[in-house]
Amino acid sequence: MGKTLAEKLLGAKAGKDVVAGELVIAGVDVAFFQDGTGPLAVRQLRKINLEKVANPARSILFIDHAAPSPRRELSNDHMLLREFASNTGAVLSEINEGVCHQRVIESFARPGDVVIGADSHSCTAGALCAFATGMGSTDIAVGMALGKTWFRVPSTFRVVASGEFSKGVYSKDLILHLIGMIGADGATYRALEFDGPAIESMQMSERLTLSNMAVEAGAKVGLIASDRTTRAFLNKNDRESDFREIKPDSDASYERVIEIDVSKLEPVVSCPHTVDNTKWVRDLKGTRVNQVFIGSCTNGRTEDLEVAARILKGKKRHANTRLIVIPASKQVYLEALKAGHVQTFVEAGATVLGPGCGPCVGVHEGALGDGEVCLSTQNRNFKGRMGNPDAFIYLASPATAAASAIKGEIADPREVL
Amino acid sequence: MILEGKTWKFGDDISTDHIAPGRLFHLRSNLEELAKHVLEDADPEFAKKVQKGDFVVGGNNFGLGSSREHAPTIIKMAGVSAVLAKSFARIFFRNSVNVGLPVLECNTDKISQGDVLRVDLSAGVVENRTSGEKLTFVPLPDAMIKILNDGGLLAHIEKHGGFKFD
Repeated sequence: MGKTLAEKLLGAKAGKDVVAGELVIAGVDVAFFQDGTGPLAVRQLRKINLEKVANPARSILFIDHAAPSPRRELSNDHMLLREFASNTGAVLSEINEGVCHQRVIESFARPGDVVIGADSHSCTAGALCAFATGMGSTDIAVGMALGKTWFRVPSTFRVVASGEFSKGVYSKDLILHLIGMIGADGATYRALEFDGPAIESMQMSERLTLSNMAVEAGAKVGLIASDRTTRAFLNKNDRESDFREIKPDSDASYERVIEIDVSKLEPVVSCPHTVDNTKWVRDLKGTRVNQVFIGSCTNGRTEDLEVAARILKGKKRHANTRLIVIPASKQVYLEALKAGHVQTFVEAGATVLGPGCGPCVGVHEGALGDGEVCLSTQNRNFKGRMGNPDAFIYLASPATAAASAIKGEIADPREVL
Repeated sequence: MILEGKTWKFGDDISTDHIAPGRLFHLRSNLEELAKHVLEDADPEFAKKVQKGDFVVGGNNFGLGSSREHAPTIIKMAGVSAVLAKSFARIFFRNSVNVGLPVLECNTDKISQGDVLRVDLSAGVVENRTSGEKLTFVPLPDAMIKILNDGGLLAHIEKHGGFKFD
């Protein structure tokens, strides 16, 4: 019988034919943790005298969630990660280099890899056709030390997207719409496989947004077959030899097929406090916004900043609305500088900060006040997510975010594009 | 193994931010202190009132969100003997087993705040001693039972020198 992408990828690493439901022990190609999950991982390995990594060049410690450190407890955590890197030869990604998921897709993950990260959005690299998934500190510590981990092969929901996006509508709107449709637990334990003409014609940055948010529907991975867009992306990052074409079999067995005509979509917003609480932007117009955040592993790439810059060029943020822009990585930052986007943002009244997770995790760089409203391009709007359980978070595309920053309230980007 | 304790009832979609909020990120290397805030954003009184052996009972999609293993770790440190919910988010479920916290999937609709439960882990039965009702829970996959029986993933690896599910 034909294989889904999940079955193909895990079967290759387990060295046998596998089907959904089976338990496998699979080799790990890339393993990583970050400054929120890494210190616990290091301490766990030390407890059993296993402070080592199986594959140092592909074991990475990212300092991105609290970078640069806002307080001494976190500075000490960072010291622990630097010490672990020095003891084991693992790669250290310092405070200037950016968000783990962006760095993983720029420099590490390859089509066909098994990628595990101690961060729930590790599913981002599924857009490169890597079996990429998030786990906790101990799982990643053990996977990094032994070079393998265990999986239950997931069954797959195939999401077939057809049609062309209207102006002002993006893959972010598609993934928010999908999560609203199936629910925040609609794909729990499943693999999502994105497919169809609208995915084939999608640039890599847009695909990455889809895979990044697979976990917000409960999914283990969000996979996309590798193709010429994948090859072009790897070429751009001087990784031509990392390309491999991997496609699902045409007779693969799917638990469910979900069809979406993207030409029927409008800009979508997720309302507080769950990602599946979605509405059309037109039904939220006029909602006052205190802070807009453009960035994160979901929408902090060059293409996202370009969309926002186009809308903000020559305009000013609303006097009552703060605007924070954070490139996802050093590479994105340099590209945005070169293209003049950083100047556009600063002139529009934005606060542009160094690469990292920024305010998304509620640690620093834009925690919300009591009763405040933030519209963000990030992936999660849970109560308390941005540092205050008495604040309200809405999620949207970079275009909707930029339009809303100008207007001071949730605004339809189609009116300013 | 038999567990017995009182119920702390929560609703649907209890996220890892409810359990271990991001604003307390700096306490992640000080778990004793972080545990004093466990589930604070769902019930500010919980950490002060929970007693050893009590159960946390949720609705759908318990533990959604972040991969932070600190979440099940501090639930366990608070003395909670098991978490029961209608469904669990994937990473939280796996993390719980890894830290030795039993997670039981069952219909929790008829369990109320304060109910006294008696859980027979090997028989897969939850008895509500307050209402008299009996429930069965979905058994864990074999690999997870082995990890849980060894006392968590770290103990499993230390005991067997690697994964040992046969």
